[in-house]
Amino acid sequence: MPIIEARGLARTFTSRKRTVHAVRGVDLTVEAGEIVGFLGPNGAGKTTTLRMLTTLLQPTAGSATVAGADLRRDPLGVRRRIGYVPQAIGQTMGGTDPECMVDEELLDQAALYRIGKADAAARAAALTAQLDLGGLDKRLVKTLSGGQRRRLEIALGLVHQPALVFLDEPTTGLDPQSRSNLWEHIRGLRSDLGTTVFLTTHYLDEADALCDRVFIIDNGVIVGSGTPDELKRQVSGDVVTLAVNGATDKARELLARQPIVGDVTVADDGGLRLNVVNGAEALPALLRVLDDASITLHSINLSRPTLDDVFLTMTGRSLRDDSPSATPADQPERQQPADKE
Amino acid sequence: MSFIHDTLVVFRREMRLSLRNPAWVVIVLVQPVLYLVLFGPLLTRLPAGTLGGSAGTGSAAAGAAAAYRFFVPGLLIQLGLFGSMFVGFAIISDWRGGVIERFRVTPVSRLAVMSGRVLRDTLVLVVQAVVLVLVSLAFGLRAPVTAVLISLGFIVLVAVGLASVSYATALTVKSEDAFAPMLNSVIVPLVLLSGILLPMTLAPGWLQGVARISPFRYIIDAMREAFAGHYANTIMLEGVLVAAGLAVVCLWLGSRVFVRENA
Repeated sequence: MPIIEARGLARTFTSRKRTVHAVRGVDLTVEAGEIVGFLGPNGAGKTTTLRMLTTLLQPTAGSATVAGADLRRDPLGVRRRIGYVPQAIGQTMGGTDPECMVDEELLDQAALYRIGKADAAARAAALTAQLDLGGLDKRLVKTLSGGQRRRLEIALGLVHQPALVFLDEPTTGLDPQSRSNLWEHIRGLRSDLGTTVFLTTHYLDEADALCDRVFIIDNGVIVGSGTPDELKRQVSGDVVTLAVNGATDKARELLARQPIVGDVTVADDGGLRLNVVNGAEALPALLRVLDDASITLHSINLSRPTLDDVFLTMTGRSLRDDSPSATPADQPERQQPADKE
Repeated sequence: MSFIHDTLVVFRREMRLSLRNPAWVVIVLVQPVLYLVLFGPLLTRLPAGTLGGSAGTGSAAAGAAAAYRFFVPGLLIQLGLFGSMFVGFAIISDWRGGVIERFRVTPVSRLAVMSGRVLRDTLVLVVQAVVLVLVSLAFGLRAPVTAVLISLGFIVLVAVGLASVSYATALTVKSEDAFAPMLNSVIVPLVLLSGILLPMTLAPGWLQGVARISPFRYIIDAMREAFAGHYANTIMLEGVLVAAGLAVVCLWLGSRVFVRENA
């Protein structure tokens, strides 16, 4: 049975007589043991969907089963079985109190799940070891580094050994070193603890490096899903660019006739640009064709699409143009201040 | 029962965080004494009889005792008003820190997020009230023990009600900039209309009429009756009903904000 199954999940906010469709019918299936990424620009509906799945927000339509409990009928059952690590940027922070000590936070969190004192202490010890927080027990949260604090917040989401943990923007705001370190820890959650991880991100490299599967959300709807490789292939396949000495037209004609080649276009610099399904396998064949025709090759380059290309193809926008000022005026339904009621 | 367990978990956390702040501890203990030292001497100089019926006509000590029997109930309510109504500020920063959201995703009772804090605030106010009464004894207050216990009961009801409504309001507006002026616009009229500093019997008729809208007016009157040794009359009954009603209504309002599904 899937650990998350959502059908037509939707959320509408009404503020100042304006209705904002933050999420417009999301279907999701996540299997136990997956690391799944929810990718989209700010305001796409990532956090709103996550808040619905974690019982912080009631859906205005749709249904979902999360960790075996029905989201609408048994929200308490959902809360018992999931871990949730809120995003640490924006309107609200990641959930730790700066004046608390590290071990106090872990033990308080365990008490919230009604875990007995001895078990709680054992869990806290295991988690501090797992997440590299050893020796920090008696430190105040405000004295931790950004990466340490984020790892503590993740540890809090794991105190009750949930089968499923939601991480909202786990690495946003961290320096590159702390980010890749945290990626290791997130992979460890699955490999060492068998935890299913559902994370949101607006970093393509993060989704690419970490996730088995990615859902791309834009404007409150899921516009694509699959493994990072599937998504990339879905876009346009690989791109081979090559330049030949003279004979460009002849080469173009020859190559266009090959069954493995899709479109052939002439690039601005006079080179040829070929779409192929699988570039690595296509290269030898292409080389042979040119060689047989005695056309000498000047340069050849194979580029695989990135998730950014995927995002561009699916939404017509680049994920990098993500700042609010770059939000096109023709998309008024993007949620802005109405995000939190 | 799980609700009580949850409330105690939140209470312990909040109490621990409060006690960690030495400035907070000092302010909590010094505040009641300041009221007494900086305003008490004014009252003892008022002409005998100004402060209500049972003013002593004899010695200076008897006059002072009567003044404090009038003044201490007002001070207790004032402590409650200021202490409990300002507690909401802390929950705005907790909300901003993501702490409230973190608790709401756990199986902990969502009402306990409020009740644990209210329990802390109530305990703090009772401690402050006891300090105030003890110091007042040194200043010359003479009152029956029963009266003091009845007053503490009133204080508990006031603290529970006001702290709940303060948390609920703060968590609704989620902004210190909006919350502070709201508090001022409520507290100042309440202080003036409740007869905390001077008896409302000195007021002209229309003002006495307006003062009837302040629930604290009834509570203070009942506390003053108790300090004067009268425990069973309509003033006391009114005070008890108003205090209990206030606590129940405010708790209900507060719980609605904390228990709702969307926050």
